[in-house]
Amino acid sequence: MIRFLATRLLQCLLVLAVMSFLIYALIGLMPGDPIDLMIAANPDFTSADAARLKALYGLDQPLLKRYGNWLTSALGGDFGYSRLYSQPVLDVIGPRLANTALLVGISLALSLLLAIPLGIAAAARPYSVIDYLVNLSCFAGISAPPFWLALMAIMLFSVTLGWFPAGGQAPPGASIWEGIQHAVLPIGVLTLASVGGFTRFMRASMLQTLRQDFIRTASAKGMTRTRVIYGHALRNALLPLVTVIALSFGTLFSGALITETMFAWLGMGKTIYDAILGNDFNLALVGLLMATGMTLLGNVLADISYVALDPRLDFRAEEP
Amino acid sequence: MRNLRFPIPRLLAVIFTVFAVWLPAQSNAQNHDRDRLVIGISQFPSTLHPSFDSMLAKEYVNAMARRKITVYDHDWKVTCLLCTDLPDLAKRSARYEKTPDGKDGMALDYALDPRAVWGDGTPITTKDVLFTWDVGRHPETGTDSSELYRRILSIDVHDDHRFTLHMDRRSCDYQGLADFNLLPAHLESGVFEPAADYRKRTLYDRDPANPGLWYGPYRVTQVNPGASIVLEPNPLWWGKKPYFKQIVVRTIENTAALVANLLAGDIDMIDGATGLSIDQALSFEKRHGEDYQVIYKPGLIYEHLDVALNNPILSDVRVRRALLHGIDRQAISERLFAGKQPVAHGQTNPLDSVYYGDGPKYTYDPSKAAQMLDEAGWPMGAGGIRRNADGTALQFDLMTTAGNKSRELVQQVLQSQWKELGIDVTIRNEPARVFFGETVSKRKFTGLAMFAWFSAPQSIPRSTLHSEMIPTEENAWAGQNYTGYASDRMDKTLDDLELVCEPEANRKLWEEMQTLYAEDLPALPLYFRANSYILPTWLKGVRPTGHQYPSTNWVEEWTVTE
Repeated sequence: MIRFLATRLLQCLLVLAVMSFLIYALIGLMPGDPIDLMIAANPDFTSADAARLKALYGLDQPLLKRYGNWLTSALGGDFGYSRLYSQPVLDVIGPRLANTALLVGISLALSLLLAIPLGIAAAARPYSVIDYLVNLSCFAGISAPPFWLALMAIMLFSVTLGWFPAGGQAPPGASIWEGIQHAVLPIGVLTLASVGGFTRFMRASMLQTLRQDFIRTASAKGMTRTRVIYGHALRNALLPLVTVIALSFGTLFSGALITETMFAWLGMGKTIYDAILGNDFNLALVGLLMATGMTLLGNVLADISYVALDPRLDFRAEEP
Repeated sequence: MRNLRFPIPRLLAVIFTVFAVWLPAQSNAQNHDRDRLVIGISQFPSTLHPSFDSMLAKEYVNAMARRKITVYDHDWKVTCLLCTDLPDLAKRSARYEKTPDGKDGMALDYALDPRAVWGDGTPITTKDVLFTWDVGRHPETGTDSSELYRRILSIDVHDDHRFTLHMDRRSCDYQGLADFNLLPAHLESGVFEPAADYRKRTLYDRDPANPGLWYGPYRVTQVNPGASIVLEPNPLWWGKKPYFKQIVVRTIENTAALVANLLAGDIDMIDGATGLSIDQALSFEKRHGEDYQVIYKPGLIYEHLDVALNNPILSDVRVRRALLHGIDRQAISERLFAGKQPVAHGQTNPLDSVYYGDGPKYTYDPSKAAQMLDEAGWPMGAGGIRRNADGTALQFDLMTTAGNKSRELVQQVLQSQWKELGIDVTIRNEPARVFFGETVSKRKFTGLAMFAWFSAPQSIPRSTLHSEMIPTEENAWAGQNYTGYASDRMDKTLDDLELVCEPEANRKLWEEMQTLYAEDLPALPLYFRANSYILPTWLKGVRPTGHQYPSTNWVEEWTVTE
């Protein structure tokens, strides 16, 4: 297992190195640089100002040299300075990473807690009333745009009922209860937006598993339906869901943009989006690299989960 | 066994009661706290340092916690906030003089308010003035624009409060010193050197709650980056004591969420300069107008169409005039914006003291527009599109920022009205990032580009109209004359406007500049944008200014109704 993990870690580092260059180059290709934006915004900005600031920020150098400078600093632990937040990049990303982990982590856990039993219930009685109800709810959740869900949630629970704050996060020093109040709506909306997809995957996977020969054999041996499902079918049915979760790990990490925007929740999705639009090269680069890293991490965790769920697999199969 | 059953209905009823009664009570307890004002804005300042990153959100917050030496007041006149008197040629506190190299320069006398102190008790003195000048003109500091600081050749310090600036040129708008953003020498000088890293070390970002950085009615006490800024009264403020014990400026970037937060009582008001667009405000007023004060303040935001004058079709001034006659701007203003955004006949706002109202105006007259196009060699051709003698169709692109609902609506009306005249307009919009970052700033648009200019009162439009300000690759795309407009007469008028300060002669120059603009039409004027302020009915004293110096410059006047 150690050899497997070491190999995967090396592969991840290699992918990250390649991605760092690609992302840096792509950001460099975007129209305008920070100084161009200053020129457009400030009528007193002269060509001398532009030249002075481009030289000061190293923007007058070729892309490869700039990337080399960045990489050297990054390997030394200095990921640069965020122009949008006037802070070192890691200082900006740290709290936002924690906020996203909280938002996405709890939402993912809740989604799975709902999706797995609902998917099993629907698959266990296909085309029954329960199945139709679950499917209907899933399609409603999948088709409702997250920004609309967020707005409706704010209008109902904040404006009409006054139960929860309409957005933002609890200020520093606030009580845990206040923190929970602020988190309920964004977590709820993100959960609603993702639970439908997971439930559909779970249902499809369980349906397929329940048609397998070993399930028929288990039933023929006189096992109860519950034991067949939870003792034999569930582990097999979870395999495709694990793949889906692993693949969506990076998206979940950086893609809660709409929820974060609507609830003024300071997370990674919004930070990456603002950094790209605001020409904050350093912040955008590190944010996107972190999203890449999370996707890679998700895949490694998925591989480990496959072995845990399916006794036919072991780590040696991955080794050369 | 029956007694051990889980009482789900009762439990749900208890939970519902808790949520329905206790939570709203908690929320309302906060909402009705009138000593605290929560303001919603849609952008967060990237820094609180007064000389880095010019942005409205920063000006809005900083105006509560620090005061500029001069600003424009509500009547759009220059006024002192930190000085005692404005320099004046008539009083000899402003004087013409020769620079050391023999050019025409100026000497300007200022005196800082002797009562002024930083929030830690250190007096505000000429030491701060000298330090600010050093920071501003240092080539490695990275301030947005060092132009003002470079124009100051030297500073004579007379005592702790009085000083004279020696400028490298004469100028008629010599009285204002708004861009000279005073910095606390006793705090910032310790982190200034090396200058190239100053931005990373400034206390405005590293220790923004340091009271010594602020000297307004309020001081910043807490910054939650990206989320909110908390301000509390500055006990050492020498002016009128402010009413609110705490002001929180919260950033909610999505305007729909901003409105929802207002309705939920999480914020008390939405600022105009960085809040809702006019259509959103009009829609809000229809539904909730009775519960709030909705104020529309037209101002110095000039919506217009920049013309690519290197386009052979649009380089003909007759075509440009016909285009303007062919659109009903009054109807656009009334039907799309309920008349809150007045039609512009030039780039100078009628509220500005230098406005000239008797210049050429282009009212809606489609038959006149058609006649002008015929005369310009564009008769109506097959398919309802005009063509010239070579068979070239009268067509061009109309661009603006994708996703800006107001602009896109106006764009569709323009396209439709010009279509009736036989002009084929293709709408080609781009995200703001691309539109401003590349297409406009590098003069890559080939037809018309719709966007807005935000200027100061009595601002000489040199950067947008002088031929020296045409952005090119050679000048690193500096300047804002994106149309490529070059007119010797306009250049001379703009040059003279900076130098001829005698009131009558200066007024005539303003008239000439506005007349030339209306005759040449380097840009097609549309309307002046209005900012919409949504305030609670209990708040009074907020007076929107319409220019770039926000109402928070007079935040100590804000109070609540009895």
